[in-house]
Amino acid sequence: MLASVDWHVVWVRVAHPDHAFFIALTRTVYIAVIAQIMGVILGLLAALMRMSKLRILRVLSGIYVWIFRGTPLLVQIFFVYLASNQLLGFTLIPNSLNGGFFKLDGAIFAGILALGVNEGAYMREIVRAGIDSIDKGQMEAATSLGMRYGLAMRRIVLPQAARVIIPPLGNEFNNMLKNTSLLFTIGVYEMFADAEIGYSNSFQPTEYFLGVAFWYLVLTTVWTFIQAGIERKLAASERGEELSFRERWQAAWNPARGGIFMRSPSR
Amino acid sequence: MNANGHFVSLQGVTKRFGDLEVLHDINLDVSEHNVVCLIGASGSGKSTLLRCINLLEQVDAGSIVVDGQPITGTKVDVNQLRQKIGIVFQAYNLFPHMTVLQNVTLAPRKALGISRDKAEAHARALLRQIGLEEKSDEFPDRLSGGQQQRVAIVRALATGPKLMLLDEITSALDPQLIGEVLELVRELAQSGMTMILATHEMSFAREVAHKVCFLDAGVIHEEGPPEQVLSAPQEERTREFLARVLEGGRL
Repeated sequence: MLASVDWHVVWVRVAHPDHAFFIALTRTVYIAVIAQIMGVILGLLAALMRMSKLRILRVLSGIYVWIFRGTPLLVQIFFVYLASNQLLGFTLIPNSLNGGFFKLDGAIFAGILALGVNEGAYMREIVRAGIDSIDKGQMEAATSLGMRYGLAMRRIVLPQAARVIIPPLGNEFNNMLKNTSLLFTIGVYEMFADAEIGYSNSFQPTEYFLGVAFWYLVLTTVWTFIQAGIERKLAASERGEELSFRERWQAAWNPARGGIFMRSPSR
Repeated sequence: MNANGHFVSLQGVTKRFGDLEVLHDINLDVSEHNVVCLIGASGSGKSTLLRCINLLEQVDAGSIVVDGQPITGTKVDVNQLRQKIGIVFQAYNLFPHMTVLQNVTLAPRKALGISRDKAEAHARALLRQIGLEEKSDEFPDRLSGGQQQRVAIVRALATGPKLMLLDEITSALDPQLIGEVLELVRELAQSGMTMILATHEMSFAREVAHKVCFLDAGVIHEEGPPEQVLSAPQEERTREFLARVLEGGRL
């Protein structure tokens, strides 16, 4: 029982993890961040396609969501990593990507791609709900002033929709942080892989999995605070200075303009 | 200017929503510097008619010519057309995430490519005219309904339209706020702006309109100078409608 747990090992895993673990943690974070950004972009594109006048775009968007929400993420990860090159007939997933100052393992690349594309299917519905929540009169007012659809979308609809999109987006990122652990199965050395390998070397499952669970909890908890900060900032900038969508994000991240942990002075 | 001397000319305009025909064979001419008022019960097609002229709705049949250009064909630059036409809505539709000044300057800056300084100077001048310059940096939800609607009118004016479409712009306002909005419209009319108004304000229509059109079930049943249509209507339907409005105490 509890007495058989080596609490020293747990303590080391929690408080003094080794260098390899920090590399794994960093990898978990950047995989999640890149995949989430990819998911948001794909989700936005798919949502706009879904609302297009062109039937073909609506159908494509529907097929995309149908497939990626209808099959297991794990299957998608394996498919992208192992089957996509064969299926496509060209090398989508190289053994490694060498971008000069950084090198990316093929498995990591495949993992980010799979997580991002999967996430896009879920983000489409979130983005669409956000856009749908904005009164039609806003788009009509903007276009009747001579603004093109894209401009009206970017300056009028999306900044207002962002307030609706951000909370579920935060929840999606929370999931994303945890889903990166699936990439262990295609050989990505991320946080869970580090724990799994530690366990198989030592046969101390409680120690290693408790340790890694603690660190996932740290990541998701930190994210919860960041998310709350962003939401507060967005709510505040509804009545702050002029902010475009881009400026809002800059404001949310830039300490000099209030930062995410500082409340905006109330009016 | 159109060949027949009208700034806006509608010929046989028909619009359907599914099986419902909301506009049937509408013919309407509006001369430059004239004000035309559309009256009629809710659902009679007044708003749809205005929205067709701005291409917010596509007509199913008929043609519309604005400023000598047919707008109902396929090769129409919608954005260019809309810069010539300002529309004001019943629900104001101001952009809630932008200040009054940004609301007014956005389209001139982003759609017309006017510099920020110029657009802001112009916007401030317009806001000064309506006595709301000190509200420039406020957000719309800090303004009264009447003020918001006046800002919406100024926003539509900022792109320099030659035609203004006003879609029941006082219907959502408290009675004591209607006056300030109508006063602004009155000034616009006096300045020679070509306007088409859908309105329930009969006394206002009588005062500013050059022509009043009575719509019922998507058909213009009667049109003519306000004193004729509003005081001596020829059609039974018009009389019934005006009697109902009179009972409502609006005349």
